[in-house]
Amino acid sequence: MTLATYFDYFILPILTISVILVFIRLVKGPKVVDRVIALDLIITIGIGIITIFTIRSNQKVLLDVAIILALIAFLSTVAFSFYIEKREDD
Amino acid sequence: MIDILIAILSTIGAFAIFFASLGILRMPDFYLRLSVTVKAATMGVGLLLLCAAILFPDISVSTKAIAIIFFLIITSPIAAHMIGRAAYLTGTPLWKGTIIDELAGRYDKETGVLNNEESEEQQGDPAKGQIAESEEETK
Repeated sequence: MTLATYFDYFILPILTISVILVFIRLVKGPKVVDRVIALDLIITIGIGIITIFTIRSNQKVLLDVAIILALIAFLSTVAFSFYIEKREDD
Repeated sequence: MIDILIAILSTIGAFAIFFASLGILRMPDFYLRLSVTVKAATMGVGLLLLCAAILFPDISVSTKAIAIIFFLIITSPIAAHMIGRAAYLTGTPLWKGTIIDELAGRYDKETGVLNNEESEEQQGDPAKGQIAESEEETK
């Protein structure tokens, strides 16, 4: 078994199942903060998927997308928490 | 030889991410979900990026991957702290099995200021009240 088939048939399906499980929590989360951390976790798993895809396709340019996604995840979580804290009702 | 190392690292990383997603689905409370996801996801994505840093022979890819790991390790606790604080201030309920809530009555709900000094000036009563409340809750 080579490393390429190991990535294709073992690592990527596990990451895909993880995204699906987190998406269930994103849909049914009882409060807004649950949805915010679910979205944060989806973006973080997306960084992992991009990394595996970078290894498999030998295109090292794709890691730049991972940098931008990490930045967006952090900024969106901080902005969401700022405005949730400022909100009057709830 | 290096293939085996990459396989072991990526397997541990993928299972860490999988347990994080299982935790965010199955944990009963917002705070427990937060404590599961941030640690496990940071470790999992860090190990996957370490695989990419080892596997590519180019120095620029390794630098980028290590920079992403560093950025994740710095920023994800800050984001988790801010979203946890916002959740506590907006009154997200704790799990019914929670034994003690050390922040009970310490946050000013209007301004969001943690008043440590006032409670230390009054010393005896709030601390006793907290412990008594928590013991009643455990019974």
